[in-house]
Order: sequence, then C-alpha cells, then structure tokens
Amino acid sequence: MVKKIYFHSLFFSFFFIKEAFAAENGGMPQLNPEFWVSQIFWLILTFGIMYLVLSKLILPKISKNLESRKSQILENIEAAEKQREDSDAKLKEYNEIISKSKLEANSIFNQARENALKDIDAKKQVLDKQIDNEIAEAEKEIDTLRKNAPDKINKIAIETSSELLQKLIGTEVNNSSISAIVDDLSKRNGDKYYGN
Amino acid sequence: MAANPMSQFDVYRIGPEIKVGAFDISFTNASLFMILSTVSVLLIFNLGSKKNSILPNKIQLLAELSYTFVSKMISDTAGSKAKPYFAFIFSLFMFVLFCNMFGMIPYTFTVTSHIIVTFVLASFIFIGVTVIGFIKHGFGYLKLFVPSGVPAVLLPLIVVIEIISYLSRPISLSVRLFANMMAGHTMMKVFGGFVISLGIVGGWLPLSFSVALTGLEILVAFLQAYVFAILTCIYLNDALNLHH
Repeated sequence: MVKKIYFHSLFFSFFFIKEAFAAENGGMPQLNPEFWVSQIFWLILTFGIMYLVLSKLILPKISKNLESRKSQILENIEAAEKQREDSDAKLKEYNEIISKSKLEANSIFNQARENALKDIDAKKQVLDKQIDNEIAEAEKEIDTLRKNAPDKINKIAIETSSELLQKLIGTEVNNSSISAIVDDLSKRNGDKYYGN
Repeated sequence: MAANPMSQFDVYRIGPEIKVGAFDISFTNASLFMILSTVSVLLIFNLGSKKNSILPNKIQLLAELSYTFVSKMISDTAGSKAKPYFAFIFSLFMFVLFCNMFGMIPYTFTVTSHIIVTFVLASFIFIGVTVIGFIKHGFGYLKLFVPSGVPAVLLPLIVVIEIISYLSRPISLSVRLFANMMAGHTMMKVFGGFVISLGIVGGWLPLSFSVALTGLEILVAFLQAYVFAILTCIYLNDALNLHH
C-alpha cells in the first residue's frame, strides 16, 4: 500500500515537474556501472574491517560483560537466598527455644501445684486425724460422764434425802433403804432426764 | 541538478582517481559513507563495551541491548546452531542500519540505495549459505528443493519452483533493500521539490507530508535493516536445520 502511494506520487511528481529536469534526465545513477568496482571494493574493505573488529574485539567483550553481570546477579541472588535461609533457621531455633521454655515453665508450674496440693492434703489428713482423735476422746469423756451422772445424782439424792430425813426426824435413817427408793425412782423417771 | 530527485544517488569521485590494473577503485562519496558507518558502529560499540559496570550507562546499555536483540533474533529464527554466525549477522545488521540511518541526514548519501552494494551483500549471503548447507548436509542439502508430503505428480513442478525461488533469493533480498531506500529518498526529494515549487501559499501541504515521510523513512530504515538480517537468519536456518 505504502509502496503504491510512493510510486503514484513518483509518477505524479514526474508529471508535474518533468520540464525542470527534462534536460538532464539520465535515468537511475544506480545502473551506471562507472563506480561499481569502486563500491564493491570499498564495501568489502569497510564491511570486512567492521566484521573483523566486531567479531574479534568488541562482541566477545560485550558477551563477557553480559555473562559477568548475569553471574554476579545470580551470585547475589544466591547470597540473598542463603541469608534468608539462615534467618529462617535462626527464627526456627528461636521459636523452638521459646516453645521449649514455655513447656518447661508449664511443667515447673504443674509440679509446684502438685507439690502444694500434696502438702495441703497431707496437712489436712494430719489435722483430720487430730480432730477425729479429739472428737473421739471428747465423746468418750461425754460417754463416761453420761454413765456416771445418774450414779452421782443418785448418791447426791441419797445423801441429801438422808440428811433431810435426819434433820426432819432427828434419827439416822438406813442408807440402804433410801438408796433402794432412789434407785427405784431414778429407774422410773430416768427416762425423763437422760432420754435413754 | 539539485531539482532532480535522482541526483542524490549520484556517485562521484572524492580526491584523485585510483586504479588497480583495469579497475577503478577511487574514493567516492559512497566509500565515505561506508567508512563513516563503519567508524560510528565501531566507535559506539567500543565505547559500549569498554567499561563493565553492573548498572550500565547509556552507551553500554545501547550496545548490550543491540547485542541481545540480534542474538535473540538469531536464536529465534535459526536456533542455537547459528551461534558461530552471530558476529556476521550482527555486523550485517549494524552496517545496513547505519548506512540507512546516515542516509536520513539531509545532503548525505545512502549507501544501501545502490543495487550493486545490496547485491554484493546478498550474493555473499547466498553463496555463504549455500556453501554452509552443502558442508553440513552434503548432497542431502538438495532435499531442500523436495518438500515432503507433496504428491508425486506435482513434484517436478514444485522442485522447479523451489529452485527458482532459491536462486532468486539474492535478487529479492538485494532489490528489497535497494528499492525501499531509493523509493523513500526519491519521495522525500520530490515532496521537498513540491514545497519549493508551490511556494509559501501551497507549500505547507507537501511540507507536512515531508515531515511525516521523514518519520516513516526512519522506520523503514530500521525495518529494512531488520528484514535484511532476519531473512539472512532464515536462509541460514534452511542451511543449518534441513527440515522441509
């Protein structure tokens, strides 16, 4: 398309200004063989020199530069990767230490709690035993007191009644008959006072 | 003389006539611009490869980008076997590109607008590729002309067409570059002539055309160098990896 426009314009340009160079229209200078050999010679010379210098001196240098940059970048990436791995390992270590110490603290706490509980238990048991003993002793005492109480009361009753009788009558009364009466009375009314 | 759009392609002698035997190898304006292109290429790439810093400066970046551009182009089209020819294709691309680009400067001479120059380059490529093909594959290289999967009836015709297309490679390669360069430069000259002949009143239209054409021609200058190099790669690929 573009080429078509080119040639159309070329055609029109010739049409418009053909008078201007009608006198010197010698066709295409490209087809004039006068300097062909010279052009070929200089082309081979310049292109040859350019090829030799580029291929022997410059391109290997550029390729080396590119390679060294590539390798350096790779090295840097490797180093960065290594450092990252190192820091990861360090982090892991740190986490391990923390979790280990947490566990340790937990176990220490548990042990202390158990010890304390055991201690408390032991002390409680000792105290319980003491309390039980004391309760048992007190009960025994109460029991003996309860057992002895009627007798004492009877005795007091006998003595009181004998003295009363002595003062009332003026003679000594036989203790045994009084005690028989008191016994009889206490047996009959004992339930009222002691509840058994 | 200056009004003739073809006069920009005139070759003229600079300095004395130099003759070797029967051959005239005088220094001409064409030689001047070949040398200029060569010297600029070498200068730029020498500067670009001198220092090796991790963060390249502009000229080093330019050199390295060109290097990777051409090397990628070669490996994409001709594979890894084409690596030994990298320097040649790189020089070819740079030579054509710089000759084209020098031609874009006003009052300069475009080396690649001469059929003899492009034809010599193209024939050298053609002969080189053919020699490489025969060295790599022996007479098996002739299989290039016999595509697989073609019915036997059509085979004679296809082989003839293939041979003609193969033989016309240097012509198509050289004419493509030469014609593009010549047409573009002629166009620019013609539109420049219009600007003058139409004067201050009507000259603005061709002037704007001229500006647009300059941009287009710079693109064409790059594109034709690229096409020249990539076609070389494709021909080289045929010679190196014979799979038709």
